[in-house]
Amino acid sequence: MAEVFEVVQPGSLTTVQDRGRFGYQQYGVPASGAMDSYALMVANLLVGNDEGDACLEITVLGPRLRILGDTLVATTGADLSPALNNNPLPMWEAVKVYSGDTISFGHPKRGCRSYLSVAGGIDVPEVMGSRSTYVRSCLGGLEGRPLRSGDRLRSGETCVEISARKLPSQYIPEYQSENELRVILGPQDDYFTERGIQTFLHSEYRVSVQADRMGYRLEGLPIEHKAGAGIISDGVPFGAVQVPGDGLPIILLADRQTTGGYVKIATVSSIDLCKLAQAKPGDGVRFLQVTKEEACQLLIKYNRKIDALKQYI
Amino acid sequence: MIYEKPRFLPGGDRAVFVEFGDTIDPELNHLVRRLMLTIQKAKLPELVEIVPTYRSLLVHYDPRLIRPEKMRAKLEILAEKTDAGEFPAPKVTEIPTAYGDEYGHDLDFIAKYSGLSSEEVIRLHASKAYLIYMLGFIPGFAYLGRVPPRIATPRLPTPRAKILAGSVGIAGNQTGIYPAESPGGWQLIGRTPIELFRPDKEPPALLQMGNYVKFVQINAEEFNSIREKVVRGTYRVKETSLMRENDGGGI
Repeated sequence: MAEVFEVVQPGSLTTVQDRGRFGYQQYGVPASGAMDSYALMVANLLVGNDEGDACLEITVLGPRLRILGDTLVATTGADLSPALNNNPLPMWEAVKVYSGDTISFGHPKRGCRSYLSVAGGIDVPEVMGSRSTYVRSCLGGLEGRPLRSGDRLRSGETCVEISARKLPSQYIPEYQSENELRVILGPQDDYFTERGIQTFLHSEYRVSVQADRMGYRLEGLPIEHKAGAGIISDGVPFGAVQVPGDGLPIILLADRQTTGGYVKIATVSSIDLCKLAQAKPGDGVRFLQVTKEEACQLLIKYNRKIDALKQYI
Repeated sequence: MIYEKPRFLPGGDRAVFVEFGDTIDPELNHLVRRLMLTIQKAKLPELVEIVPTYRSLLVHYDPRLIRPEKMRAKLEILAEKTDAGEFPAPKVTEIPTAYGDEYGHDLDFIAKYSGLSSEEVIRLHASKAYLIYMLGFIPGFAYLGRVPPRIATPRLPTPRAKILAGSVGIAGNQTGIYPAESPGGWQLIGRTPIELFRPDKEPPALLQMGNYVKFVQINAEEFNSIREKVVRGTYRVKETSLMRENDGGGI
């Protein structure tokens, strides 16, 4: 375990995230974890880590980091113009870096969240089985907070000497400003009028400025409830679409509260959450209904793609 | 209402809701606890985690290991098991609480609202064991109920920006304890010096759904001495076993 990064500038919101914190929602602890699980997984695989290891999740304006020891890094997810010693740093591939190098980010070009992995994973103490940062309760990550200038981060042990790897281009997602999200209706779709369901499925929404790791509030046509938006609180899955009294949907994401008292019209397919994680305020969102069986087939297909991808890297 | 049979509702492509009813009701909550313990005991390999609430369980599973209809079938079988006798009796955790003044800014309001004296409000609040319906809102926050009808008080019209850790509040016929400093809209009646949430402990939350809480009135001096022990790590939380499950039934 060695020091790998010194934070020269932290960026707008840079946190340590891994695959998330599981088993503690029953105690009111949000799952957290990477918003874009695909980008996290690829970033890790490229440098020889386990797919759920801790990386830096970099939001919109990236940090400036000084490298403290020779190692291997990879950037995936949003294109935030990463650079190594002021030259463009290729994304979706592992790159060898040396002590004294500087990684920086520039103009956000596409997407919203970038992931920076390092061989061995970011090493911060595990809290409740995860290294993910949950800023609101000051849990996990580096002292429960986003990175600050002067922070020094360590990496975990790496046991294998790995060569630079590159993700074949067919596996690199293209982030769009208009997104179609597949949804499975329920658990409370019966709390909406037929007109409300039609509005939800056939109109276009925009991501509002109230969009963060907890959830994305959308703007567009209000969805009509039959009689009120309140329910006796129940659990909240990742990607649940909650519709409070004003009729405007909120998609609940990684840092969502564990329970909620507003009706949930649908849940976004877990594959499409990665697209949504890269959407910015102003981007378009449309919902497309799929059946449970279709959602299941989509997942099977997705998992096959992941298995194939693992052959390459 | 408690449904005749549990309802299975979709929670996306990797979770399913098992819903027993649509009210806040101790009997309904017992069904949730029973299924939670049954599922835990069954040690399903595909289980990721369970989020129990007032009236349902959200069961997260690994869709690579099981198809949704199979998961549902497994849960249906477990939900039909009624051998509740093997489960541990619920625990009652004592929460030492200083009431009123600097500890509970809204005690006077609750007294005025109920038409009772402050002493009578305290006596009623500390008069019984409350069922822990669920945890949520912030890590370790337990929703407890039901308070005696005479001290039920609506939430604040505008939530406070900052509530101190340990604050005990009332909202409608529920009561709860803020484990950490947080914004919140509950009417504050008192404060406990003990810790409700410790991320380094397993489990991290002092209170768990299905168990009970009893508030015990303490004075300022006792508050300070307990607080000191908590800080030094020498305070022992008092717990007893609920002898008869029905003790909580009157709530």
